[in-house]
Amino acid sequence: MFMFAAEAAFVFLFICLFFIFRFYIVVKTGRNHRPGTKGPVSVLVVAGSGGHTSEILRLMEHLSAAYAPRHYVIADTDRMSEEKISTFESSKPQSASETHFIFRIPRSREVHQSWSSTVISTLNALRFSLPLVFRLQPDVVLCNGPGTCVPLCVAGLLLGILGIKKVLIVYVESICRVQTLSLTGKILYLISDYFFVQWPSLRDRYPKSIFLGRIV
Amino acid sequence: MKTVFVTVGTTSFDELIERVTSAEVTQELKSRGYERLVLQVGRGALLPAADSCSHLRLEAFRFKDSIAEDMRRADLVISHAGAGSCLEALGAGRPLLVVVNDRLMNNHQLELAAQLHADGHLLYCTCSTLTGTLRDMDLSALQPFQPGQPKNFANFLDKALGVK
Repeated sequence: MFMFAAEAAFVFLFICLFFIFRFYIVVKTGRNHRPGTKGPVSVLVVAGSGGHTSEILRLMEHLSAAYAPRHYVIADTDRMSEEKISTFESSKPQSASETHFIFRIPRSREVHQSWSSTVISTLNALRFSLPLVFRLQPDVVLCNGPGTCVPLCVAGLLLGILGIKKVLIVYVESICRVQTLSLTGKILYLISDYFFVQWPSLRDRYPKSIFLGRIV
Repeated sequence: MKTVFVTVGTTSFDELIERVTSAEVTQELKSRGYERLVLQVGRGALLPAADSCSHLRLEAFRFKDSIAEDMRRADLVISHAGAGSCLEALGAGRPLLVVVNDRLMNNHQLELAAQLHADGHLLYCTCSTLTGTLRDMDLSALQPFQPGQPKNFANFLDKALGVK
């Protein structure tokens, strides 16, 4: 009996160490990964809602047709974003095949929601995010701050940790953030491969960040 | 007709609407040559009637699908500190006066307006200092606001991901 418990503990410890090791490797080596050299780059775009959607569509204005297909994720309580996305996509040159898709997932955090219920609804959002990301297996997750992007990025990270596919996480902090990162930004600073900020004061505080001036 | 456009975005900011339609402020606007005042009042309780102002031609509405046209036609935009409203006004190249709602302290939205003010792109005041700010303002001293460059982001990503 004791032997069995010891063995189980050993296996558990081994799995934990393996995950930590893989996590380290996946995050450290992300920037060596260049999916664009092998053809089109599929993108999962986390649009979120309201101002976040406008901002991320502006970011995407100059992305070439090589970034396809584009899978948009919006919050299920959001009505405006779908319209904005459709308008944006219809302004692009038409291609023969369908190149954009829209998915809805539960919001992980409404504005003003309490922190304890945030944990529950984030777990709930993860239940939707994992199957979606595992099915789509995008090359890149592009996001800019809505809480919805945390479970989606974690799902992308997990694909890498399990050795199924390296998903690059590209995060652009909202232009509204001048002095401090958003909560989402603070979390994704740790796991993103490319982390953009739009003000010099944030660049100085976060050495891993990339600063190209204002980009929206 | 020289127009002032006041916008509070999706919020409510009755204190601003009340202040900007007061005899004191409308008189100040009139003496600076403005003739028309357009108010977007959002979720506020106040929706001033068109005949409630003796100095200026007044129009008020709650929401529109797009306020781009109102922005474009304005000679001065007075806005709450919301990032969306500030960027829309500056993007349209309009002189902008941001009125901070000091009842909303620690609101991170203020960060952007404060920075844009520090960089000389907009004027910045509270409801209580609005009249004085309108009297003393020099719109020609405002720094033009260059739009952000999403092209730089696309170029960076192309290079980083090896996209040709």
